[in-house]
Amino acid sequence: MDFSYSEVQLMLQDSVQKFVHKSYDHETRSKIVESEDGYSKENWQLFAELGWLAVPFTEEDGGLGGSAVDLIVIMEEFGKANLVEPFTATAVLSGGLIAELAEAETKASLLEQLVTGNLQLACAYAETGSRFNLGKVATTATTSGDDVLINGKKIAVLNASNADQILVVARESGEETDAEGISIFRVDANADGVSINAFTNMDGKKSSEVTFENVKVSAESRLGEAGKALPALQKIIDRATVGVSAEALGALESLLQKTVEYSKTRKQFGTIIGSFQALQHRMADMFIECQLARSIVVMAAMQLDSSAGDLEKTKSVSAAKSRVGKAIRHVGQESIQIHGGIGVTDELDVGHLFKRVTAIDIMFGNADYHTERFASL
Amino acid sequence: MNADFTAEDLAFQEEVRSFLENEFPAEYQAKIDANIRLSKEEIINWQKILYKKGWAAPSWPVEYGGTGWTQIQQHMFATEMGLIGAPDPVPFGMKMVAPIIMAYGNDEQKARFLPDILESNVWWCQGYSEPNAGSDLASLKTAAVRDGDHYVVNGAKTWNTYGQYADWIFCLVRTDNTVKKQEGISFLLIDMKSPGVSLKPIYLLDGHAEVNEVFFDDVKVPVENLIGEENKGWTYAKVLLTHERTNISGVPRGKRRLRALKRIAAETDDGFGNSMMENQTFRNRVASIEIELKALEYAELRTLASISTGKAPGPESSILKIVGTELAQRIDEIFVDLAAYHCLPFVPEQFEDGFQGTPLGPGNSAASALTYFNNRKASIYGGSNEIQRNIICKAVLGL
Repeated sequence: MDFSYSEVQLMLQDSVQKFVHKSYDHETRSKIVESEDGYSKENWQLFAELGWLAVPFTEEDGGLGGSAVDLIVIMEEFGKANLVEPFTATAVLSGGLIAELAEAETKASLLEQLVTGNLQLACAYAETGSRFNLGKVATTATTSGDDVLINGKKIAVLNASNADQILVVARESGEETDAEGISIFRVDANADGVSINAFTNMDGKKSSEVTFENVKVSAESRLGEAGKALPALQKIIDRATVGVSAEALGALESLLQKTVEYSKTRKQFGTIIGSFQALQHRMADMFIECQLARSIVVMAAMQLDSSAGDLEKTKSVSAAKSRVGKAIRHVGQESIQIHGGIGVTDELDVGHLFKRVTAIDIMFGNADYHTERFASL
Repeated sequence: MNADFTAEDLAFQEEVRSFLENEFPAEYQAKIDANIRLSKEEIINWQKILYKKGWAAPSWPVEYGGTGWTQIQQHMFATEMGLIGAPDPVPFGMKMVAPIIMAYGNDEQKARFLPDILESNVWWCQGYSEPNAGSDLASLKTAAVRDGDHYVVNGAKTWNTYGQYADWIFCLVRTDNTVKKQEGISFLLIDMKSPGVSLKPIYLLDGHAEVNEVFFDDVKVPVENLIGEENKGWTYAKVLLTHERTNISGVPRGKRRLRALKRIAAETDDGFGNSMMENQTFRNRVASIEIELKALEYAELRTLASISTGKAPGPESSILKIVGTELAQRIDEIFVDLAAYHCLPFVPEQFEDGFQGTPLGPGNSAASALTYFNNRKASIYGGSNEIQRNIICKAVLGL
């Protein structure tokens, strides 16, 4: 048994920590959030040069190995700094789907552009009525001669406003909740009939509602076999779920550390508030939550990297996301409470970490959903 | 033992209900239902409607223009207001400074300030907390130094709610540095237009600046604006804080929100062909909140019955404050869980008055997160819930 990171993983962790320490303080992040793109192109190029964009991919696909443990190493550090760059949208989700589904030539070309920082992507899967069920797809793809026409509306499309291409989950056949009949198409973000309503999410990330109105694509833009995309989508979303869970873990550790620090400096009644046992025990509980969240995220990542069956993997992912959701509520809310009034201000980074973890709790299914999914498997 | 209201009380309840039904402006109701804040003018207008009816100050004695209602009637009025979401009177004048002026002010101060509060001609705000005096309020440092017929005030106050609207501020200031901290505090009323008063908005997590820092830079305040005796302010303030903690349970508001929650849940697809109201996990959570709300409602009624027999509100108000705020926060949470992806967009302006665009997501789903973020303050303000627990430990448990 060995829970320590490899040399390579430690180097990866170190490289993110150095970058964050040097170039990603709260003030810098706030400026990036307020900028029009909502992320820094310079940072993105740097991520490419440092090899981070290649982390989610196998060596065969031109990546650095593609293990889930590698992914959680890097994403935990992203979480600590509350990084807003679209790593999940472009590299983990969209890149993951391309690696999983695209035919060799397309895959090689797209991933090469992606890992060198020259391609921004978005993955449009959620819909107003789908809630967290990936298999419920009302957006349609209708074949007409050599073309395919896409119609429908997607919500919560991270990074759509910066994306060169959008991967759209659409139904080619079957009823709205059938597992069969779902395909994924690559669509140019500026194609006719694509309208992108962009805004900023609670965590500072750029998101959009995207409407597809008779958007014409070629049959070649379909990733993989017609109507068979759901298992791959499920697999990649599961992987991204573990990724953002690790990100939440980093953010929660950051919140814990900031809260403990604050309690050592904030004086009331002539003493530091960290000297009150009522608060000490609550910070001890926050620490326990962080440790349990870490344990279950590590478990899920190791399961994904193992030879376990799909069912077991999926159960592990849901277990992790459910348990992390609980930790998010607990640690997030206590961080604010122990900070007192200053904790609810926009000025302090603590509130922004709280908002980030709140968004992560929702992403890919909240704690209730994943508890139910765990129970149903 | 019974929890019945008298026929007289029930008739009163009916009167309140029908008044609110007819007089609470429909456009305000629509805004409140859509999570849009009422403007300063609208809040004042509503207050003046109540004034015309003679109901502006439910808790004031008749001699000052109050209703003279019993505790039960005040409770009924607050309940009916809460059930439709009508805004309570702005508390800073009506519920906070006015009782202090009545109890400790001189006749001239009463005549000068109370009628304008009653008629909502003057908007008051609160100057208590300071950057380094939060839970430990008595350690406040804003200084008032006597100079002839006025005080010179220097310092900073924080968490000042709606100071941007306010004409006057009531402040706790330090007038003696040489004694125990509680014994050197005075209660001073300051005109916000005085030279040297400035405001800096504080943006909260929901993107809205409802609180401010207030700075006092050599502000001259006439001595006649001192309430009661110099250095007795802490005693007065403690009374005020108890007032701040009554009617804080928020039961009616909780009921109104649960009704809305169930309605929205019945219209929300669970992704598997049912509504969220048919989802067992969700139903159980709603039920558990309803049960808690019921317990809180009866805790409040028991407190009310006890006050009605002449007992002062004691540590019970701490229970109501803790449970009321924490339950409201649980309701905030379940709204977020219900809205799911639809509450991710952070677009506070779509809940501002006069927003022209198309709101994102169905209903008010995107407002859920804003409320969740904003309302984390509830367990912090008005004496944090930690301080309330300290009160229970000390005053009830004898620890």
